[in-house]
Amino acid sequence: MSAVNAMHGVRRILRQPWRLAADATALLAAAVVAFPLYWMVLSALKPAGEIESTRPRPWTSAPSLDSFRRVFEQHDFGRYFLNSCVVAGSVVVLSALIAFLAATAVTRFRFRFRTTLLVMFLIAQMVPVEALTIPLFFLMRDFGQLNTLGSLILPHLAFSLPFAIWMLRGFVKAVPDALEEAAYIDGASRARFLWRILFPLVLPGLVATSVFSFISAWNDFLFAKSFIISDTSQSTLPMALLVFFKPDENDWGGIMAASTVMTLPVLVFFVLVQRRLVSGLGGAVKD
Amino acid sequence: MTQPADALTPPPAVAPGAAPGRPDGARRPGRRAPAAGRGPSARRGPGTRPGAWTPWLYLAPALVVLAGLLVYPVYELGLISFLDYTQAQVSGGRPTSFRGLGNYADLFGDGQFWQVLVATVLFAAACVVCTLLVGCAFAVLLTRVRAVPRLALMLAALGAWATPAVTGSTVWMFLFDPDFGPVDKVLGLGDHSWTYGRYSAFTLVLLEVVWCSFPFVMVTVYAGIRAVPGEILEAAALDGASQWRTWRSVLAPVLRPILVVVTIQSVIWDFKVFTQIYVMTGGGGIAGQNLVLNVYAYQKAFASSQYGLGSAIGVVMLLILLAVTLIYLRLLRRQEGREETRQETRQGSRQEIRQETRQGIRQKSRQDIRRGEER
Repeated sequence: MSAVNAMHGVRRILRQPWRLAADATALLAAAVVAFPLYWMVLSALKPAGEIESTRPRPWTSAPSLDSFRRVFEQHDFGRYFLNSCVVAGSVVVLSALIAFLAATAVTRFRFRFRTTLLVMFLIAQMVPVEALTIPLFFLMRDFGQLNTLGSLILPHLAFSLPFAIWMLRGFVKAVPDALEEAAYIDGASRARFLWRILFPLVLPGLVATSVFSFISAWNDFLFAKSFIISDTSQSTLPMALLVFFKPDENDWGGIMAASTVMTLPVLVFFVLVQRRLVSGLGGAVKD
Repeated sequence: MTQPADALTPPPAVAPGAAPGRPDGARRPGRRAPAAGRGPSARRGPGTRPGAWTPWLYLAPALVVLAGLLVYPVYELGLISFLDYTQAQVSGGRPTSFRGLGNYADLFGDGQFWQVLVATVLFAAACVVCTLLVGCAFAVLLTRVRAVPRLALMLAALGAWATPAVTGSTVWMFLFDPDFGPVDKVLGLGDHSWTYGRYSAFTLVLLEVVWCSFPFVMVTVYAGIRAVPGEILEAAALDGASQWRTWRSVLAPVLRPILVVVTIQSVIWDFKVFTQIYVMTGGGGIAGQNLVLNVYAYQKAFASSQYGLGSAIGVVMLLILLAVTLIYLRLLRRQEGREETRQETRQGSRQEIRQETRQGIRQKSRQDIRRGEER
């Protein structure tokens, strides 16, 4: 808050019109940034005739759910949606648990190779997922995981872990050592301290971290395209979206409705954890 | 690390998270003493004591997953890039043979590869520059406006950030659609197709990439500016520092580490753009004019079944990003060195300091009580 007060001090020197212009610019910027999303939802709600109009209007007089109905009826969309949920959900839960344990190890213990390990996690974070599609494809084939949701869960788990560990470090570190000692003095076992005391305290950080694993898994396009080749019942949302692209005529209403359905869960998740996200990022960066 | 003879003075290794300069760091031994019998003894770092393996136990799941799904694939990628590995070998029709650097020779001898490489680097550079400019400009703007516009811009940016790459791509395609999109109509371009020309297609993708990646920059930089202690800005204003001077001498040094992180992250992200290019240009544009390395590797491997060649492209990408990462680590290390000499106060916000002091006081009183009990 002190920063705000100081800003006020700085601002007082500035002229009022300048500030008005800044406000207006910010509002305009917000409108421009939000416009694609607005247009997406609007187009999803427009009746068929209006979307395929050569004079697009930024409003609609007769909103309809036809496009959504078409999406959910036609292409097994509900199934894809569920698959996406399973993949993203598994990645989030597993990576949160594994990253929590690892972050605890690297922050609350000192051991040989600790720094080496941390640097390795940092480097692992930079490995381009996409470059590994080919070896992962053969790995999944050898383990009979092609065309299963497991082939999507496992790689994303691996790719979201390094970042999750790095980001969680700050949250685990923030729990005072005194608390740990107090727990041991009171006779708590290490496991009890870990799950009953540390875990609930770090939970907000876990939620913030999981946004990133959720997004990477939910958005995944490349793996879904490469690993789910013959069994479309195992497909996920991004693939379902492409169904509406047809060589001759794209079904824009369907595409926009499907896009809306796909964007909504992430948006809700984001808004819910927004505060923690910013503070978490700050912590990860400051470290 | 040597074990101390006196059990009451634990080695420095026992104090995890005791950052230098923390107010409670110095008082640790006294506080630690009563608990020496239990947990902390296991935290003595490497040694023969029971519990030295605990951190490795905690790390085991992460290490197993990373070894199996990250390290091993990287090794495999390198291996395949040296093999003659096409559909015939995959289906077992022909034996797999070692080609040495053959795939790389093919790749480097191919004019298209160089063209794609240059396009990738330039495209990523353009994306990074635009993302940083927009992100930083908006972050500064955020500090200058009232609550309502700030909230509006924040929410809009969060929305853009949250949008999956696939849906972002489809929406931007629709916005710029020659027949039904609003952009061509507003700009009066008739039915200009953005994906037809090479540069206009890249521009379209660039706009989408900037749109969905500037929020990260904006939010992080904004948080960084807000973390600058108010007194410093106030003092600067009182001393009669101009806006520019305040920015250059006060804000820039504090923001530099944040800008480094944000820049490197952007480089890494924008270098590996796949979904946007694939979806918006239909797999690399007309005659591959919009290919970037990632999509190129995918097309080589999965569309034309030249897995060896695709892996070689993957290795090239990996090496480039590794170089970027090393630069990043270098900068980080240099920063840490610089930070140690700098006062902690500059980094943390006042609130944090207050909290730490409060913690310190609490710990001190607890420690005093404990000492009293011992006596």
